[in-house]
Amino acid sequence: MADFPKPKEMFDSIDYALPEKQWEDVPPDLSPGNFCYPTKRKNLEYLGLPANKDEWSPSDEDWNLPDNWQTIIHEGFKDLLGKYRSLKIFMDTCVRCGACADKCHFFIGTGDPKNMPVLRAELLRSVYRNDFTMAGKILGSIGGARKLTKDVIKEWFSYFYQCSECRRCSVYCPYGIDTAEITMMGRELLTLLGLNINWILEPAANCFRTGNHLGIQPHAFKEMVEFFCDDIEDITGVRVNPTFNRKGAEILFVTPSGDVFADPGTYTMMGYLMLFEHIGLDYTLSTYASEGGNFGLFTSADMMKRLNAKMYAESKRLGVKWILGGECGHMWRVINQYMETMNGPADFLEVPVSPITGTRFANAASTKMVHIAEFTADLIRNNKLKLDPSRNDKNIVTFHDSCNPARGMGLFDEPRYVLKNVCNNFYDMPESTIREQTFCCGSGSGLNTEEIMDLRMRGGLPRANAVQYVHDKYGVNMLACVCAIDRAALPPLMDYWVPGVGVTGLHELVGNALVMEGETERTVDLRQEPLKEEEEDADE
Amino acid sequence: MNVHYLYSLLAVIILGLIAYAGSEGAGLTWLFGLVIPYVALLIFIVGFANRVWGWAKSPVPFRIPTTAGQQKSLDWIKSSSIDNPSSTPGVIMRMALEIFLFRSLFRNSRVEISGDRLSYKWVIWLWLFAILFHYSFLVVVIRHMRFFLEPIPFVILMIDKVDSIFQVGSPVVYQSGVVLFAAATVLLLRRVFVPKVNYISRAADYFPLFLIIGIAFTGIVMRYFAKVDVVGAKELAMGLVTFSPGIPDASIGGIFYAHLFLVCVLLAYIPFSKLMHMGGIFLSPTRNLANNSRAKRHVNPWNNPVKVHTYEEYEDDFRDKMIEAGLPVEKE
Repeated sequence: MADFPKPKEMFDSIDYALPEKQWEDVPPDLSPGNFCYPTKRKNLEYLGLPANKDEWSPSDEDWNLPDNWQTIIHEGFKDLLGKYRSLKIFMDTCVRCGACADKCHFFIGTGDPKNMPVLRAELLRSVYRNDFTMAGKILGSIGGARKLTKDVIKEWFSYFYQCSECRRCSVYCPYGIDTAEITMMGRELLTLLGLNINWILEPAANCFRTGNHLGIQPHAFKEMVEFFCDDIEDITGVRVNPTFNRKGAEILFVTPSGDVFADPGTYTMMGYLMLFEHIGLDYTLSTYASEGGNFGLFTSADMMKRLNAKMYAESKRLGVKWILGGECGHMWRVINQYMETMNGPADFLEVPVSPITGTRFANAASTKMVHIAEFTADLIRNNKLKLDPSRNDKNIVTFHDSCNPARGMGLFDEPRYVLKNVCNNFYDMPESTIREQTFCCGSGSGLNTEEIMDLRMRGGLPRANAVQYVHDKYGVNMLACVCAIDRAALPPLMDYWVPGVGVTGLHELVGNALVMEGETERTVDLRQEPLKEEEEDADE
Repeated sequence: MNVHYLYSLLAVIILGLIAYAGSEGAGLTWLFGLVIPYVALLIFIVGFANRVWGWAKSPVPFRIPTTAGQQKSLDWIKSSSIDNPSSTPGVIMRMALEIFLFRSLFRNSRVEISGDRLSYKWVIWLWLFAILFHYSFLVVVIRHMRFFLEPIPFVILMIDKVDSIFQVGSPVVYQSGVVLFAAATVLLLRRVFVPKVNYISRAADYFPLFLIIGIAFTGIVMRYFAKVDVVGAKELAMGLVTFSPGIPDASIGGIFYAHLFLVCVLLAYIPFSKLMHMGGIFLSPTRNLANNSRAKRHVNPWNNPVKVHTYEEYEDDFRDKMIEAGLPVEKE
C-alpha cells in the first residue's frame, strides 16, 4: 500500500485526546480500511447461519438487516442472559473505575476511547439497561440507557471486531469483568443478523467441510506433510514417516493447519515430526481432525462446539488412547476451558501417560489432551532428548506469551523451560509485557486480515515495542511463540516496527537443537539457512 | 465537559433539603424517621436478594477463570496456586485477596509515551483511595451499630475507641469519618478532572459518590457542629430495630433527618445500581472458579445439541481422493 503510514508517522499519530462529543454521539469510522470485509453469503448458507437480506458493505448506509432485527437482538440478548451468569454479572457490576482503560493494546495503539474495554462493554450495557433493567427503563439516558438503533448495530460491528478477545483487561478489573466474554456475546448477537466477517466465517466453513480452516483436502494435506519429510531428510539425512488416519495408534496429534500451510509455521511442523520420529512415538495425524484452531470461538458457542467436535469423534473412531495438541493460542483456550464441557465426556480415552517417560498427565485427566510444550518439557526434564542448543546460537531469542495460553490456561514456564534447553541466548521482555500481562499480536480472534492492516499494526504496537526493548538491549533477533496466528501475524508486525527480528515456533528451535539418531552433520537449520552467520557471509 | 455530575449533585442537595425541611418545617418526623427507614430497608433487602437470585438463576456453562499465573501441570513446575488456582482452597484465597485487598486493582499501571517508546508505570493511587474509601465506610457502619444495640457489644466499643484514638476535639474526632469524606472526595475529583475517567462517567457514577459524601457531610456537621441530641437519635434507632417505633419527644434536629434520609436513599438505591458490585464480586466466573477443567469435568446444563460434520459425511465427500492418495477409508 503506497499511502500506508511510516512507523514513525503512525507512532506520532497516536493521540489520547478525547472527542468533544460524548461517546454516545460519536459515530464509528466505517470508511474503507477501518472494517473487516463482511462474510460472503455462501459461508452463512453452508453453515446454516442466519443471513441478512442482501449483500452489504459496512460502508453502506443500509445494511439490509432483516425486518424484525430489533426483535432478533432483543430475544437473542435475553437468551444469552439466561444462559450465561458471566454476562449478567458483567453487565451489572462495572463501576467504571477506569482501571481497564489503558490496558487494551487497541486503545494504546489507536487512542480511540471506544477501545477502552469499559466503553466497549458499555456499547452492550447501554442496550441492556434499556431493555432489561428497571432503572434504565425509568431513567432513560440519565440512567445510561440507550435504545437499540441501526447505528448501535453499526457501532457494535465496528468495535466488537476491534477486540481480539485477549483478556488482558480482565487481569486488572477488580471484578474480573472479561471483555472477551463481552465481545463473544456481541459477535454472537451480530451473527444472528447475518453480520459476520469473511476472515472468520470462511475458515469456519472450510473447517466444517474439510476439517481445517485453510480448506486443505485430505490428499493435499498428506502431500504437504510428506513434502516436509523430504525437507527433513535433506537437512538431517533422517527419513521421518508420519501416518495419517491410522487406526490403533496410541496418540492422535492435532495442530493448527497453519503449521502445514505457511512459513514459519511449517518449520514448527517439521520440528514436531522430527521429535516424534526421534522418540519413536506411536502417533497418527488425521486429515478429518486436521485443525487445532477453532474460528467458531470467534463466532458463537455453538459454532465452536461444532468445529471442536471432530477431535473427540476422530480419536474415538481411530481408537487412540489420548490426544496431543500442537502450538496454537485460541485452540488451547478452547481445549482448556470449553472442549470437554461441550463435547465430552471423553470416557473412551485414557488419562494421558507419556510412553517415553511414564509421566502421567493428571492435569489432563478429564480432557485427555496434552499440550506439546508440556510433553516436550517432560521429555527434556527426564533426559530423553539429546540436544545441541548451539545450533540455535545465531538466534537471540525472546518469548511472546500468546494471550490465550497465557490468560486462559496459564502456560508460562513449560515453553520457557524448553526454550532455555534448546537455545543458549534467551531474554525475556519487560515484566509488564509478558506472562499474564502479555500483549496481543494485534491480530487475534479472527482479525488477521489484510484490509485492516493499519489497525493491526497499531494493536500490535505494545508487543512490538517490548520486542524493540530487548532487541536494543540484548540484540534479540528472534521472537518465539506457541501460536499459529502469532506465526502469521507477528512477521509483518516485526517487519513494520522492529525490522530484523524473525518469528519462530517453539518446536522449530527444538527441531534445530535435536540430535537425532543416525543424522548426518547439520550445516543448515530447518529453514535451510546456514547454522552460523559466518558461513552465510562466507558464501556471499 | 459533561453535565452528569451537576444533575447528581443537585439531586443529592434536593434530597437532603427535602428531608431537612420535611422534618424541621413540616413536622413530618414520623415519615422521615419511621416510615422511610423501614421502606428503604425493605427495598434494600428484597431488591438485593432479587438481584442476586437473578444472577444465580443463570448457570455458569463454562469454566472461564482468568489465569494470572502458572498453571498446575508437571510436578516440578511450581504452579501459582492463588493467581491460577487449581483447587478450592486456592480459589478461596484468590477471592479473599480480591474482596479484602482488591488484588486485581493493585496491579494497576499507566501507559506513557516517552519519545518513540511506550512505558508502563505501576500506579497505586486508585487502589489506595478505593481501599481507604471502602474500609473507612465499613468502620463507620460498624461504629453506628452502637445506636442499634443495647448494651453495646465490646467489639464495637473497641472499634469506637481505636477510631477516635487521637482524642482530638470535642466531641472527639473519628478518623473513619474524615477519611471517608476525603477518599470519596478524591474519587469524585478523579471523575471530574481525569479526562479518560470523566469521559466514561455518567450520572450513575456521580450520584452515589455525592450521596455518600452527603451522608458523611451531614454526619460530620451534626456530630461536631450542630451537636444533635445523640440520646434522642439512639432512642429512635432502638425503636426501629425493636419494632416499637416512636419519635422521641425532644427534637433531634433537621440535619439528623437529612442524614438518615440520605442513608435510606442509598440503601434503596443499591439494588438498582452499580453498587451491586458488592454482591457481584462473589459471583464473578473469571475469579471464583478453579482452572481445572482439563483435570475435572465441568458440566454445562444447557449444552446445546449442534449439527456436526461427521467423519462419514467427510469421507463421502472425499473418498476417491483419499483412496488415490493412499489414505485409509472406512468404505472402499
